[in-house]
Amino acid sequence: METTVRGTEPLVVTGAPVVTGRPGGMAGRVRRQPTDGYRAEVLGCVTDPALTYRQRVQRLAALAEGMLEPPPVSAACRAAQAAGVVHDMGEGPAPYRPRYVLPDYALALAGGAAHLELEPARDLDEALALLLAAYASVPSITGYPVYLGDLDTLLEPFVDDSVTDADLDRRLTLFWRLVDRTMPDAFVHADLGPDDGRVVRSLLRVDRRLRQVVPNLTLRVDPARTPDALLREAVLTTCADGKPHYVNDPMMRADLGPDYGVVSCYNSLPRGGGAYTLARLDLSASVRRAVPGPLAGRGGAERVERWLTEVLPGDLALTAELMASRIRFLVEEARFFEHDRLVLDGLVRRDRFTAMFGFYGVAEAVAALMTPGAGAGVSPCLGGDAFSRHGTRGTQRRYGVDDDATALGHRIVAALADLVAATPMPYCEATGGHALLHAQSGIDTDLGVTAGARIPPGSEPPLYEHIRAVAPNHVHVPAGISDVMRFEPTVAANPDAAVAVIRGAFAAGMRDVTFDVEGNGFVRITGYLVRDADVAGVAAGARHSSTFLGAAALENQHLRDRVTKCAPLSAGPPPGASGR
Amino acid sequence: MTAACAARDVVAGLLAVEGLVAGTVPFSAVDGPGNRFVVFLQGCGFDCLVCHNPATIPAHPRGVVRTPVGAVVDLVARDAQFLTGVTVTGGEPTVQPEFLVALLEALAVDPRTAHLSRFVDSNGDTDADLWDRLAPVLDGVMLDLKGLDTERHIVLTGTDNYRVLGSLTRLVALRRLYEVRLLLVPGINDADDALTRTAHWLLSLDPRIRVRVNGFRHHGTRAVARDLRAVTDADRERYRAVLTAAGVEDLTIT
Repeated sequence: METTVRGTEPLVVTGAPVVTGRPGGMAGRVRRQPTDGYRAEVLGCVTDPALTYRQRVQRLAALAEGMLEPPPVSAACRAAQAAGVVHDMGEGPAPYRPRYVLPDYALALAGGAAHLELEPARDLDEALALLLAAYASVPSITGYPVYLGDLDTLLEPFVDDSVTDADLDRRLTLFWRLVDRTMPDAFVHADLGPDDGRVVRSLLRVDRRLRQVVPNLTLRVDPARTPDALLREAVLTTCADGKPHYVNDPMMRADLGPDYGVVSCYNSLPRGGGAYTLARLDLSASVRRAVPGPLAGRGGAERVERWLTEVLPGDLALTAELMASRIRFLVEEARFFEHDRLVLDGLVRRDRFTAMFGFYGVAEAVAALMTPGAGAGVSPCLGGDAFSRHGTRGTQRRYGVDDDATALGHRIVAALADLVAATPMPYCEATGGHALLHAQSGIDTDLGVTAGARIPPGSEPPLYEHIRAVAPNHVHVPAGISDVMRFEPTVAANPDAAVAVIRGAFAAGMRDVTFDVEGNGFVRITGYLVRDADVAGVAAGARHSSTFLGAAALENQHLRDRVTKCAPLSAGPPPGASGR
Repeated sequence: MTAACAARDVVAGLLAVEGLVAGTVPFSAVDGPGNRFVVFLQGCGFDCLVCHNPATIPAHPRGVVRTPVGAVVDLVARDAQFLTGVTVTGGEPTVQPEFLVALLEALAVDPRTAHLSRFVDSNGDTDADLWDRLAPVLDGVMLDLKGLDTERHIVLTGTDNYRVLGSLTRLVALRRLYEVRLLLVPGINDADDALTRTAHWLLSLDPRIRVRVNGFRHHGTRAVARDLRAVTDADRERYRAVLTAAGVEDLTIT
C-alpha cells in the first residue's frame, strides 16, 4: 500500500535545508526553511474542498514531518533511493510511531488497561465498547488502526444463550457501522476464524448486508479445523463485497507462531507487536540500474547469475540500511516504546515488533533479465514503454505464462528470502534478529511495475495454472503475499465451488487467496477494497482516505484488466478443447 | 496370473477404451455440486429445437478425435486437488455407454481421482439397465425432463420420452438421481396443468425430489429456436408458484 496523503498528489517537500542545533543526535538533524512553494502546498491542503477535516489534519502532519531530514544513511543508499531501487513507502522522514501496531486486545478485555482507563469487560456490550475505546488509542501509518483483533475469538466468550442471533446481528451491525464511520480507511482490518462460531457467522452476515469497505477482513483457514459450512458462508460474503481474504493458518503459525494477526492489506505480523517500518526494493529497477554497470555486456544465464549474486545482495543491503536507520530513530530518538500508553499497559511490547522487507516488480525483473540479445550497453527493451503494462512484449519471456520465466521468478523470491534471513536488523529479536519478507503490493503512483510477485493484470493464466504459477513463492514470504483471482459472480449460486478452490489452493502451497468478484461493485486494489461508486465520485472527495489511493491505482496499475476465471455459463465445450 | 496382475490388466483395459470427447472444462460451478471438471462427450440421440450445444449433436463430426479414457483421467488427476468432482455431459454421454462406464470406473479406481464425486448429466434417453451398470461408480445424475406429455416431447426433441421416464424411475430406485431438470419453453411445455401433473408424478417417485427449472434462453441456440420466446421473470414466478403449490419443496429456478 499506501501513503498517508492523497495519492493523486505525491508529497513534495520543498525548501532549502538549514542546519540547527548541536551536531549528533536528534538535535543535530537539519530542518528546512519554509519556502513559498511549501506555504502554497499547506494552503492548498487547508483549502482543498475535496478533503475532509481529518484528511487535512493528516496531510498537514505529513507536511510538517516532511520538513525534517531523514535519519542519515550512506551515499550509496541515498543513490539507490534516488534511482527508485529502494523506496521508503512515503512513511515520512521522522518515524514517530510504528507503521503497523497489533495490540493484544484479549489482555485488555480480561484485565483492563490502566493507562487507557479501560475496565475489564463483563458482557458483550462492555466488550464492544472497550474495543472501540481502545481503537482510538492505536497509532498507525494511516492514522487509523490497521488491526481490530481476531474478533470472533475475542467476542465469542461474551456470547451466551441469553444473546439471540437477532440480538447478535443487531449489536454487531451497530459495531460495524461505528468502525466504518469513525475509522474511514480501508486498511482497517479484522481477523476471523479458523474455528466456526456464532460471532464469525454473524459478522460475515452483517458484512455482506452492509457492504462497507471498512473493515477489511481475513478468514484464517485451517483445513483440519475450519468446516466447509463456515467457508461457504464466507464465500457468500466474498461474492457480495469481495471480503474476506483467506489465509493458510497452519502456514502462518509455522512461521509466526500461534499469536499472529493479518492487518492492513494482507500483512501478517506478531500480535502484541507489529512492524516498525516497511521499505521496499523494486526488483525491476534494480535490474535496470545494473544494465549499464555490472550487467554490461552480460546476456543469458550469465546476466541472471551476475544479478542474483552480485547486484541483488547489494541492493538488498541498501534497503536494509534504510530500514535500520528508521527503526533506530523510532526506538532511540522518538522513543515510542518509552511513552506510548499501549506499551505502558502491556498491550504491545517492543520485543514483539519486527520490520517488513518489501519487494515488488518480480514480473518486470524477470522480463528484463531474460531479454534476448541484450549485449553491450542499455538494452532497447529496458527503457520507457518497453516496460509495458504486461511487463513484456514481443519475444520476451513472460512471468506467470512461460515456465522458464516463472521458474526464474521463484528463484528470485527464494533468493530474497535467504538474503533477508541472513541480514541482521536492529530490534527484531521477535523474528530471529532479521526482518520478515513481504510481497509489497504496490502504491497508487507505481507505473509499469507489477505488485509483489503477482502476474501482471491482463496476462493471468486460467485458474489452476495461475495458482500453480504463484504458489511456490508463498512459503518464502512470512509477512504476507497475495495473488488476486477474479471470479464471476455466478459462483454465489454454488459457493462450494469456491470452497474447493480455496482448499486446493492451500494444498498447492498458497499462503493467501484473495478474490475480486466481477460486478459486485467492489474492486480489490492491493489488499484493500474500494467501491466503484466511491471511485466515480472521487474528484469531489471521498469519506474514506483509501479511496483516493484506490482511484489512482486503478488507473496506473490497470487493475480493471484482471482476467476473470471464466466458467461456462451454459454447458458447452470450449472451441478447440478436444484432444487436449 | 496373480489377482494383482489381473486387476492391473482390468485397469489397463479401462484406460485404453476410446471415445469421442468433444472437449473438457477444468473448472465449472454450474454442472453439479461444487467445483467440477466437465467432460463433454460427442453425439446425442435427441435433436432438440432449443439445444444450447448443437455442435455436440452429430455422432461423428469432423475435428473430434478419438480419445482414450486414460488421457481424460490424467487431465482430471492433474487438477484433482482443486475439484469436488467430475461431471460427464454432452452431447449425451449415454450414447457412448462403453466409454462412459470405463471412464467412471477408471476414475473410481485411480488413487489420484478416487475421492472425486462422479456425476452424469443426461437426457435419460437410454436403456435403464445402463444405470444399473453405472451405479457402483456413480454418485448422482442430473436428468433432463423436457415434458411428461409424449407428444410435446416429440415436438421438442424429435423423440418420445418412454426411456426418459424409465431412466428417472430406475435412478430414483437406485438412489442415484441428484436432480431432475425441467427445461421449460414458454407456450410449448409450461402450461400450469402440465407443470402440476409433472410435479405430482415426480413426487410420486420421491416426495423430496430435487427439481431445477431451467427457463429457455436463446444463448447458444440455432436459428430455428429464435422464434421461441425466452422466459421472463413473470414466467419464473409462475413456475415457482405452481410447482410449490403442487408440493415440490427442493426447487431451484434459473
